[in-house]
Amino acid sequence: MSTLAVGEKRVDFRVVAELVAPGSRVLDVGCGEGELLELLAIEKNVDGRGIELSQAGVNRSVARGLSVIQGDADRDLGAYPDDAFDYVILSQTLQATQRPRVVLEHLLRIGHRAVVSFPNFGHVRVRLGLLFRGRMPVSENMPYSWYDTPNIHYCTIGDFLDLCAELNARVEKAVALDAKGDRIAETAPNWYRNLFGAQAVFLLSR
Amino acid sequence: MKENSGGRTAPQEGNGVEQERRRRRQADTPDSPVLRFGADEPLRLQSGVLLAPWQIAYQTYGALNADRSNAVLVCHALTGDQHAANVHPVTGRPGWWESMIGPGKPIDTEKFFIICANVVGGCMGTTGPASTDPATGRAFGLDLPLITIPDMVRSQAMLLDRLGIETLFAVIGGSMGGMQVLAWGAMYPERVFAAIPIAASSRHSSQNIAFGEVGRQAIMADPDWCEGRYLECGTNPRKGLAVARMAAHITYMSDASLHRKFGRNLQDRDAVTFGFDADFQIESYLRHQGSSFVDRFDANSYLYVTRAMDYFDLAVDHGGVLARAFLGTRTRWCVVSFTTDWLFPTAESRAVVHALNAAAANVSFVEIESDRGHDAFLLDEPEFFATVRGFLAGAARARGIAGPAAEAA
Repeated sequence: MSTLAVGEKRVDFRVVAELVAPGSRVLDVGCGEGELLELLAIEKNVDGRGIELSQAGVNRSVARGLSVIQGDADRDLGAYPDDAFDYVILSQTLQATQRPRVVLEHLLRIGHRAVVSFPNFGHVRVRLGLLFRGRMPVSENMPYSWYDTPNIHYCTIGDFLDLCAELNARVEKAVALDAKGDRIAETAPNWYRNLFGAQAVFLLSR
Repeated sequence: MKENSGGRTAPQEGNGVEQERRRRRQADTPDSPVLRFGADEPLRLQSGVLLAPWQIAYQTYGALNADRSNAVLVCHALTGDQHAANVHPVTGRPGWWESMIGPGKPIDTEKFFIICANVVGGCMGTTGPASTDPATGRAFGLDLPLITIPDMVRSQAMLLDRLGIETLFAVIGGSMGGMQVLAWGAMYPERVFAAIPIAASSRHSSQNIAFGEVGRQAIMADPDWCEGRYLECGTNPRKGLAVARMAAHITYMSDASLHRKFGRNLQDRDAVTFGFDADFQIESYLRHQGSSFVDRFDANSYLYVTRAMDYFDLAVDHGGVLARAFLGTRTRWCVVSFTTDWLFPTAESRAVVHALNAAAANVSFVEIESDRGHDAFLLDEPEFFATVRGFLAGAARARGIAGPAAEAA
């Protein structure tokens, strides 16, 4: 389900790994081939589980010794009990779900904390591209054309903050990364991050 | 424990009578190790009956490590037996899972101590309908009480107790073997570190029961069945058992695999004969499957073991909620299904996975793409082997023991 090219460690993985406490129980929703889970197992000694839509991703994850099931974030999160995990991670997957709000509610129910990362549709390049070229954006963070993208629910950092407020989710930490993958200072105002953040990583709790 | 404690001698090619004699001998005196339990150690059956004395026949491969933490129990399917990775003493053919078990293979005999026991109700040396009833001196026949999947599991637990093995590193099996794996995880969670149910289900569906019934009726309709007393009558319901096997065999394959293998090809002829001979290759193939099965299996055993599968419903034993069967489980689970398996379709495995999730269990679930139907778990499926290998390697790391190499050599 992950939308970014797999290969070298994605920059948002590093941010996620810093947000997760060592030795915790982690569920990675949309875990791809298990790169993040493996990173967390090695560096943070977590007890990790994964859900992945693509069968090839699941098989490769299990073959590398990870606990991963084939499943759909939209359909299968309901089977998990409340408070089953310390962290539920949704890495670059929110925008590909059918019902992002329901998925986010499940994340906050299943985990004590939720870690959500997504590409920011409010980034300056997206805005300028629409303004001047009048075309849907295709970039490193959004590599698909509009007609074949699995990403059906794009949002901006501002939109996401609104949804968090609606769900009474507490934003414990918000990290925005610019187009080069560098962190934008946490002291920067929201409008600035919404304009210059190419992607964002949120740590949420109920 | 020494390696391959079972007999490795291949039987000589004999005529049918000789093979039949050899097969019947297995019921009481198998060509494999056997443990006998006396009147003071009955097998407590789910029906409430105490079975005693009784015996269990098994094979082992590899060596038990010093702290007895590397034991892997392999559970066989309906018509399998304990000879998983050695030459079969009756047929002279290789073991039924030699592709999976062996040096350097996913269930690595150089890393694990592997145990495979014949199920209760079977006919290869564990107490079953063909075994001699000590009370009468003749075969049990239908006097043997009904056996269930949990009964099979309990007998295996008693075998492990006797072998001095407290916990299993892993329990693995396909089809009815997978049912036993699920029952192991529910009945003895503290004794199972990792569990791999393959092409299985937490219960037999109505369709599954229907196919079982066709097989049983075929056997019982054969006059040579003699109300189950064929061993004394000097007969053998060969035709009934063969038909049962033919019907069942269809359910083990997929439409696509049958079509690829046989299509509408004719058997050694250029045109149909306008008769009821085996004109088509598929007919000839099924007849062969039926008759060769009769040479190695007991008809009453077939009744008992199919019935055990029919009765299996893990949720019913836990107040109707499957997740309750797994509450508090610390076992690492790896559920495996195959895309074209219509006997135990992926949906059944997914239901097990949902129940394990609801119990907050550590679970992996892999659906393997294969066009070979239910039987795929016995065949050369590289992605399936990679899954089992990777899962066991990961579990072995977590258990702190040596596991298989992460990649096949």
